[in-house]
Amino acid sequence: MERARQYALSGYLIALADDELILGHRDSEWTGHAPILEEDIAFANLALDEIGHAKLWYELGADLLGQDKTTYPDRLVYFREPAQFRNMQLVELPKGDWAFSTLRQYLFDAFEALRLEALSQSSYTPLAEIAARIRTEELYHLRHSQAWVPRLGLGTEESHARMQAALDALWPYAQGLAAPLPGEQDLHAAGIVPSSAALFERWSGEVSQFLVEAGLQVELRSPLADMHRSSHSEHLPALIHDLQSVARLDPEAIW
Amino acid sequence: MYGADVEQIAIQLNEDPQKLADFEARIARGEKIEPGDWMPAEYRRQLIRMISQHAHSEVVGMLPEGAWITKAPSLRRKLILLAKVQDEAGHGQYLYHAAETLGATREEMLDALLEGKAKYSSIFNYHTTTWADNGAIGWLVDGAAILNQTMLARCSYGPYSRAMVRICMEENFHRKQGQEMIILYSQGTPTQRAMVQDAITRWWWPTLMMFGPHDADSPNSGVLIRWGIKTRTNDELRQDFINQLVPDLQACGIVLPDPDLHYDEATGNWRTGAIDWDEFWAVLKGNGPANAERMAARRQAHADGYWVREAAAAYAVKNQNQ
Repeated sequence: MERARQYALSGYLIALADDELILGHRDSEWTGHAPILEEDIAFANLALDEIGHAKLWYELGADLLGQDKTTYPDRLVYFREPAQFRNMQLVELPKGDWAFSTLRQYLFDAFEALRLEALSQSSYTPLAEIAARIRTEELYHLRHSQAWVPRLGLGTEESHARMQAALDALWPYAQGLAAPLPGEQDLHAAGIVPSSAALFERWSGEVSQFLVEAGLQVELRSPLADMHRSSHSEHLPALIHDLQSVARLDPEAIW
Repeated sequence: MYGADVEQIAIQLNEDPQKLADFEARIARGEKIEPGDWMPAEYRRQLIRMISQHAHSEVVGMLPEGAWITKAPSLRRKLILLAKVQDEAGHGQYLYHAAETLGATREEMLDALLEGKAKYSSIFNYHTTTWADNGAIGWLVDGAAILNQTMLARCSYGPYSRAMVRICMEENFHRKQGQEMIILYSQGTPTQRAMVQDAITRWWWPTLMMFGPHDADSPNSGVLIRWGIKTRTNDELRQDFINQLVPDLQACGIVLPDPDLHYDEATGNWRTGAIDWDEFWAVLKGNGPANAERMAARRQAHADGYWVREAAAAYAVKNQNQ
């Protein structure tokens, strides 16, 4: 692969990893605070997997940049400024209530299933191999988050109202899934990555139908004005400050 | 009472003397008591008390370390800590199931915890104030728990014994990651060395208290030992822990907060100064540094989750009826 494309692909992968890292961070906040003990276990497991996947993508990104895969991922996580993160805003929003967290997880997992399916066909073999590996775990995530949607959508009046409120709040942010990742256009033309817009079309149809079956109203609401991955809410700097707080106490230390 | 012969005990506990004698004979032969088997009511009561306390300790024990997951200073440490706290939730789950085999329900046990009637390990009522506390908890607190749990893995009640075998394997991993962290930081930068010294200074005495009161002041020990639930006393286990940890911590250059600590040539034991039992009883009675916060966090999670549990139950009923 030529140098410029390697560089572009590393940027794409780091953005993908940022999504996983930040979503995993939010999931991990439930550990010890979930509604039932089984969900403490499940959400800690989701967080473990998401952060584990982030690590795999950061490592491949490091490789493509000719960086050391054992140390570069931590440099990226702990020593970038918030404005340098390329995650979508959907994943950085505070965890909210159980309806908000499970619904966000479902919306993201359903998209990720499609993206990983496509990435596992990538013409760049190292990428295809990692995508295939991650995909097996993500299918369990989807099964788990998918089970909660009708349970809460159709459970009680209160759970329905909370799910509808969560959907109304999340839907504009979820439109950000359609936005291209860094370098996507060229990488897509080269058969390395899928088109986010095309995946979004499929996602939109599948997800809308599933939500309606779970008793929820999907309203066509305008997406956020700025869906670019360099734009963030005020929640990201606070999250990054927490994430980096120990590592930055002593940047020279090996933790 | 519990050094007495079986007939006297049968009278005092209002149990059938023959059944009690057979039960004790089974334990003496090293057989495991299983859920459907005959057992004295007091054996059942003591086990429910211990196993549910143990389960609560795992669940409350998620909080002090759980607060550091988002702050873990490398991806490796973050994944380890997440896996560890997840294991604790899993241990809580096995243990609630083990207690359920004795007829207790999870709801009853949780209610007892939330109403402040059930106890959990007093160690979790201390604050985790720096990242290095996670290392101290792994090496000291989990190390102490393993000694107790290794003993319980041999206990006479089958489901508890088997849960302990599995839990001990995972706890060993927890201890090792803490030990690795403390050793690494004790050779690290001045910031890390100071952090480790401070953490061990704060966790040392509370960890020694984890083994419970001295044998002479331990009201339940007699019956627990007679019926093979415990096979060693609090003081024996505590001494093993001290003998294991003192040389290893000193090898790291860590100074233990005990001017009276010394090696006793005659017995081959490390001897500590007096444990502050006033502090132990105060923490156990709810007046430790973090008792109120730990219980508030559990009550909050339980209250916040009410609508979720209610919805899940309603949905399950609707699905059944379809």
